[in-house]
Amino acid sequence: MTPLATLTPTSQPRVGPGFRLQWEAAQDCHVLLYPEGMVKLNGSAGQIMQRCDGQRSVAAIVAELEAAFSAQGLEADVLAFVQMAADKRWLVWA
Amino acid sequence: MNKPAIGPPLWLLAELTYRCPLHCVFCYNPVDFAQTERELDTEGWLRVLREGRELGAVQCGLSGGEPLLRDDLEIIVAEARRLGYYTNLLTSGVGLTEERAEALKAAGLDHVQLSFQDSTREMNDFLSHTKTFTLKNRVAATIKAQGWPMVMNVVIHRMNIDHVDRIIEMAVEMGAEYLELANTQYYSWALVNRDQLLPTREQLRRAEASTAKWREKLGEKMRIFFVAPDYHDGRPKKCVNGWGSMFLNVTPDGTALPCHTAKMLPGLAFPNVREHSLREIWFDSEGFNRYRGTGWMKEPCSSCEHREEDLGGCRCQAYMLAHDPAAADPVCSKSPQHHLVTEAVARADAGGPLRSEHPLVFRDPVNSRRLAPG
Repeated sequence: MTPLATLTPTSQPRVGPGFRLQWEAAQDCHVLLYPEGMVKLNGSAGQIMQRCDGQRSVAAIVAELEAAFSAQGLEADVLAFVQMAADKRWLVWA
Repeated sequence: MNKPAIGPPLWLLAELTYRCPLHCVFCYNPVDFAQTERELDTEGWLRVLREGRELGAVQCGLSGGEPLLRDDLEIIVAEARRLGYYTNLLTSGVGLTEERAEALKAAGLDHVQLSFQDSTREMNDFLSHTKTFTLKNRVAATIKAQGWPMVMNVVIHRMNIDHVDRIIEMAVEMGAEYLELANTQYYSWALVNRDQLLPTREQLRRAEASTAKWREKLGEKMRIFFVAPDYHDGRPKKCVNGWGSMFLNVTPDGTALPCHTAKMLPGLAFPNVREHSLREIWFDSEGFNRYRGTGWMKEPCSSCEHREEDLGGCRCQAYMLAHDPAAADPVCSKSPQHHLVTEAVARADAGGPLRSEHPLVFRDPVNSRRLAPG
């Protein structure tokens, strides 16, 4: 496993290999699936993860979330979540 | 009475067949597996998958026996994936040719769990009564080539526990993302062979120390799960995370079970998917409701401070050792039958290696018919 480049607002995160993100109506939340396991994501984690498609940059994700929720100053929270998710291999970027 | 809310069966395990090219001495398939006559057909399995998904099942295990012996496996995988399951193939690797791997990848298979019996050719081949070690090595490369995450699973016992160091090293070399070192659970064939398989406390201590050392060295590169044996630590396990709480097992003939081995329990009929919908089975059947929650408990469980944590342990182990499926699991130090467990461990601690007067019983149809004449 090669270490990821340092996370910056221009990084374009996507769901890591072996993981799958999907909406589960039965559980009313996004879940992250991996071999024989599952993580239930809370609302904000789901909102961030579903935008991590390898196309959008962190900055673009932040802008979308700030617009969608009429909020400001989300960048630090989003960066912290993306880094935590990368440490768990949920997210990767080039 | 304590009636818990019933959540969805998140984990659906489809045991597609009991047929298997291996004859492992610790197999958890029932000792009487040879009596199984009619496997569910393709359409039967597809219906199980659809009904499970409607109930909220999200992980689908395809197991056996050896699931690759079903020539409709690709059809089953494709439907499971289409429905939105995360699909896990649990295999010995026998039959996973490159062609088949490609077809399964195209069908959408998410992950392969490959079982090994040991890190050495001799012990792997001896324990499974086959010549498969070289083949498994090749299959591991095939799995990696398809880009699947690989879980390597090794059932641990007295005869291979001293190889844990080498087993971990082998898993790293093969590029496994996860390694399960699963200490033998003493049911079915493993119970028949218990005296030969139970490790000593000292062996266990060394294996745990090795595992801890490797975990530190590997970090996130490979995750190692060490499933401790319940015989040695005096604390029962919350079996399948609680009876009827998230796990639903369908056996090759369509019998629905709350755990792999529950069919052995007396006085309890388990429904068949040929006759009932999974919804009726999960919510309404006596088989799935009998040991849900804590309402069925008797002493020492019913007043125990740990009753919600361990739910009294395993019903099958209670039946096998205490002859009462509603008793406390005898691995618990509070069980009146706990001495049966400590005596077995003491015999392991005192005994030498293999005793020739009790030869290992390999899992095969001939031994199955001998042990369970039907």
